[in-house]
Amino acid sequence: MIEQDLKNFQKITQKSLPTFEGLAQGHRACQGCGEVLALRQVMKALGPDTIAVSATGCMEIITSSFPQSAWNIPWLHVAFENVAAVASGVEAGLKAQMRKGSLPEKKIFIVATAGDGGTADIGLQALSGALERGHNFVYVCLDNEAYMNTGIQRSSATPYGASTTTSPSGKHSIGQNTWKKDMPAIAVAHRIPYVATANPAYHVDLMNKVQKAKLINGPAYLHIYSSCPTGWRHEIDKAVEISRMAVESRVFPLYEVIDGRYVLNRNVKKPISVADYFKPQRRFRHLRPDDIAHIQARVDADWEALQQKVALTNPASPEPEAVSNKKEE
Amino acid sequence: MAKRVGMEVSLGVSEAVKVADVDVIAAYPITPQTHIVEHLAELVANGELDAEFIPVESEHSAMSSCVGSSATGARTYTASSSQGLALMHEILYIVPALRLPVVMTVANRALSGPINIWNDHSDIMSERDIGWVQTFAENGQEAFDLSIHAFRVAEDHSVLLPVIVNLDGFTLTHVVEPFEILDRAEVAKYLPPYKPVQRLDPEHPMTMGAVGIPEVYTEAKKQMEDALVRSKSVVIQAWKEFGDLFGRYYHPVETYKTEGAETLLLTMGSVSETAMTAIDKMREAGKKVGLVRFRLWRPFRFEQFVEAVKGIKNPAVMDRAMSPGGPCGPVAAEVRAALYDQPNRPKVFSFVAGLGGRDVQVSDFEEIVSRAEIYAEKGAPATYDLIGVREI
Repeated sequence: MIEQDLKNFQKITQKSLPTFEGLAQGHRACQGCGEVLALRQVMKALGPDTIAVSATGCMEIITSSFPQSAWNIPWLHVAFENVAAVASGVEAGLKAQMRKGSLPEKKIFIVATAGDGGTADIGLQALSGALERGHNFVYVCLDNEAYMNTGIQRSSATPYGASTTTSPSGKHSIGQNTWKKDMPAIAVAHRIPYVATANPAYHVDLMNKVQKAKLINGPAYLHIYSSCPTGWRHEIDKAVEISRMAVESRVFPLYEVIDGRYVLNRNVKKPISVADYFKPQRRFRHLRPDDIAHIQARVDADWEALQQKVALTNPASPEPEAVSNKKEE
Repeated sequence: MAKRVGMEVSLGVSEAVKVADVDVIAAYPITPQTHIVEHLAELVANGELDAEFIPVESEHSAMSSCVGSSATGARTYTASSSQGLALMHEILYIVPALRLPVVMTVANRALSGPINIWNDHSDIMSERDIGWVQTFAENGQEAFDLSIHAFRVAEDHSVLLPVIVNLDGFTLTHVVEPFEILDRAEVAKYLPPYKPVQRLDPEHPMTMGAVGIPEVYTEAKKQMEDALVRSKSVVIQAWKEFGDLFGRYYHPVETYKTEGAETLLLTMGSVSETAMTAIDKMREAGKKVGLVRFRLWRPFRFEQFVEAVKGIKNPAVMDRAMSPGGPCGPVAAEVRAALYDQPNRPKVFSFVAGLGGRDVQVSDFEEIVSRAEIYAEKGAPATYDLIGVREI
């Protein structure tokens, strides 16, 4: 089934990057925004025959301040918590009209994008409903690990130990005192055909995942790491570097789940430490060495658990590419 | 060919949606709306209606899916009630802002708390200012006819606004009534296929739902208001054409035995039929009473209403909802506003009855009329009367 869907899949390489830009330059994102970089890559890979639906959030406000718009493709924003439901309606509307002949038969990709709050918190119900109903669309969570649009408030995707404006570190607080919600696992639990994590520092990998997601029939869920210099308090020229460190430290592993089978896309044989990953981000600077050791143990355990999922669901899995410090080819 | 049937009103509404040939239905079950969407699901399942039925996981998602669907140019329908309507609240404002002609049936039901599944108008009165065209049906035939009319008005290019057809939960939705069902060919003469002015189309990309900064928000709101005001003439013209084609004529404000009336009952919804019986009885007893029924609630037809009540001494409004802490029932407030600028304006008496399914009987209308007569003579209380409330 999935093999059939992917028969027209043409791997994007560094030399064949799509020239199409669904999202134009000139938007109002903060300097050094890692999220808009990811969004641009997603739209490049989706191409012009796409309808995009955005949840309320950073990406919505920076791209659509009337009378200006950064969108080169048809785009709809309705509210915060409902982007998956809106996308369900877009899919059903096109399907019915094409079947009844009021629209010409044509493949149009539908993408819904939301931040981590719009996905893991307020939008979780609508997302779950849309995944369960099996609409043919791509859902993209651009995870910058807090409510950045409203001013760096914690979400359920904020990592343990991060200081935000509603989980501030202090004499009686470590900052965020809960572990990051595992959204990809929640998506996998819906038994949808395609789930993947991606990271704009690995742009070729990201775009190929978007390509697969759009070609596969049924819902696809992409969880994309999106660094935020404003909210994470890192230097504005460090977005790509920090994104790369997230993978190299095993904090944000790159993997796919195709029809329930886990595939590790980047093997991190010699990880950098969590402490190194935290260093350029001032949201973690209050953490003491024992706090970091505690987090390191969790990262190690999660990595091990992921390896086990691969072994359990996909024993014939090919050896993943090793992570190197060279730029992605 | 039109055929006369005996049918549960909910099913009649579904049949209207079928002959309107909708493309997409997104709905979540809530009492007393369920029979409408169950029957639609059945019509889709057995191939009588070619549409996508999205069984969403909440009413919030129902309305959100309707927005997405309508934005692609699909004819889109949903139905809800009470708590479900309240859950949609946030999105309801966005539909007219995007100028999407979604049609919704609201099976009117009391809002919690205490939780109550029975009929009153507290759900829809909380949605007065959402910017939708809103009509009220009195009986099964009207529920069917107004549903067809709703699509015609919503999709008119000078309107392009969503429409709600209100019908009373249980007292209307769940009763079997005789009415005439139109077929697809007949309805096609009245309701042409929807031709969207703009839609999500990769050939012609457009941005929908952009940020409205302070410099443009007021203008955007003004355009919506202009469209809603413009819809008045479209609503009336569409009713006239409906009458010319099918023989049943509707008006924004209907009068019943108002000639020479001194005391006037004002009602909305299915209770109007009981009110007519009460008027007949009181007229026989020599009382100078009449009835005005509102069929079009938004936009409110002040002109027609003022004309209908000219020379009336004691207008007595019966609301099916409270406005807690306010001066009167919500409809009474509108009536007072409509009459305030009239020369020799009458006092407007406000009564609230039939909350949470409390039966409204002929005797309740007799009580209202007799109280209105007393108040006209001796002065009215500062607020409103809750009819039939027990002292506890």
